[in-house]
Amino acid sequence: MIAANEVTKRYPEGREALRNVSFAITAGEMVFLTGHSGAGKSTLFKLLTAIERPTSGSIVINGQNLAALRSNAIPYLRRKLGLIFQDRKLLFDRSVLDNVLLPLAIVGHPPREALRRAQAALAKVGLPNRERTLPIALSGGEQQRLAIARAVVNRPAIILADEPTANLDAVSAAEILHIFRAFQQVGVTVVIATHDPLSLPSYRPRILRLDKGAMSEPAHDQAAEGAVP
Amino acid sequence: MSIWLAQHLAALRDSLRRLAAAPLTSLLSLLVIGVALTLPTSGWLALDNLRKLTGDTPGVQQISIFLTLDAGKRDFADIESRLQEIRAGSWRFVPREEALKRLQASEGMAEIVASLPRNPLPDAFVITPGDAQPERLERLAKTFSGWPKVTHVQLDSAWVKRFDALLRLGKLVVMLLGILFAGALVTLTFNTIRLQILAQAAEIEVAKLIGATDTYIQRPLHYFGMLQGLLGGLCAALLVTAGFHLLTPPVAELARLYGANFALLGLSASSVLILTAIGGTLGWLGAKISVLIHLRRIG
Repeated sequence: MIAANEVTKRYPEGREALRNVSFAITAGEMVFLTGHSGAGKSTLFKLLTAIERPTSGSIVINGQNLAALRSNAIPYLRRKLGLIFQDRKLLFDRSVLDNVLLPLAIVGHPPREALRRAQAALAKVGLPNRERTLPIALSGGEQQRLAIARAVVNRPAIILADEPTANLDAVSAAEILHIFRAFQQVGVTVVIATHDPLSLPSYRPRILRLDKGAMSEPAHDQAAEGAVP
Repeated sequence: MSIWLAQHLAALRDSLRRLAAAPLTSLLSLLVIGVALTLPTSGWLALDNLRKLTGDTPGVQQISIFLTLDAGKRDFADIESRLQEIRAGSWRFVPREEALKRLQASEGMAEIVASLPRNPLPDAFVITPGDAQPERLERLAKTFSGWPKVTHVQLDSAWVKRFDALLRLGKLVVMLLGILFAGALVTLTFNTIRLQILAQAAEIEVAKLIGATDTYIQRPLHYFGMLQGLLGGLCAALLVTAGFHLLTPPVAELARLYGANFALLGLSASSVLILTAIGGTLGWLGAKISVLIHLRRIG
């Protein structure tokens, strides 16, 4: 489903953010991408979402090589991914419902069907009856749930989340991970980038560790140290 | 309903929402566009009216053929068949008796005409050529002069030439004005769309990140520019029509005082359509250029 092969990303000023990174993630897996700040997680997230292109190597998602993807095909790739950004990127002048309706409008769902789907997505993340609320009136955890609802409303096969539990208290973080777990259990592939080892769940997830741009895949029990129950 | 149509309708709704979101700003923009389109349109309409006025006024762009006093019915028929042959345009035969009656009817002429021992006026043909180009009129006048029983051909060619040159100059000025104001309209829309893009930079960024194509993002902005231009065009049509209604009575009165029967030409339905279409096209063009430049910067 997702395969990275010898991926290197070097920026024009010479900084090497990723060096020969390789991994493979199969359908339905839940994978945590960990590492300290500056380890290359966000760069990898940008490469996986085709915001940037690798300097060398290849990334294949659902059989599509992103390095060879034409610019006008990128939006169609992104529509198949559920993306959750570190800064959430919510529209604060639009209601909760309008935020979730946006991806459906982009794909072109009929209004009635879009409304039904958006309401279902909000219910799934535990935000029913908040449709008319502005995101600014939501708590941090609720805003993250809204970002997840927007990401899953088009029923993607892959969810990519960059630091989804950052700035959340332990309870909210656990609730967010619980939501991701629920999606994984129905067959969705979930990739979560996090710098915080405390936010890892107590079950033994697969962990890909990035250190100074290079990849290492630690044993499950090591990774689960200090995990959230 | 297809996805394509649904997305176009959604973009149209979105642009109407944007127009309604700031009613005063929208109204002022429409007025500016309206005025920018009103000036060249009024100029064009004034030229059209001037052309009509000269066409309606006797003696202007017409050629009079005066016959010798001994010309008879056979000669009239001969002239008519020659006019028909060379397709001179439309013509009217004015018998000398009718000409005298007209002269008598003119103010202050009745007594003078009554004192004349006999009718001094000749029979005449008044020709209104289909093609009123000065060169064509002069050619026709020369041809008529060579016909038998023609004693005099009257064409004020110098006046016609001057008038034609004036009309051409007017056309040129109106065209330049049109180009200038079209540029102003494009610039205005360009700036309005630039502000829209800046105000919605966050939304555009998010939409792109979650799979919006450039076309999806550009579509409501194009519609916005086009709508603004279309409504500005309609505004211009309203302003021109209002001006037409204000000017019609005094112009008719003036024409009556000069013994002419002249009514101002207003904007026809097709002219209104063309005007709104021009406004819409220029608005769309301004939006297109702005979107191309500013979305690239955002993106």
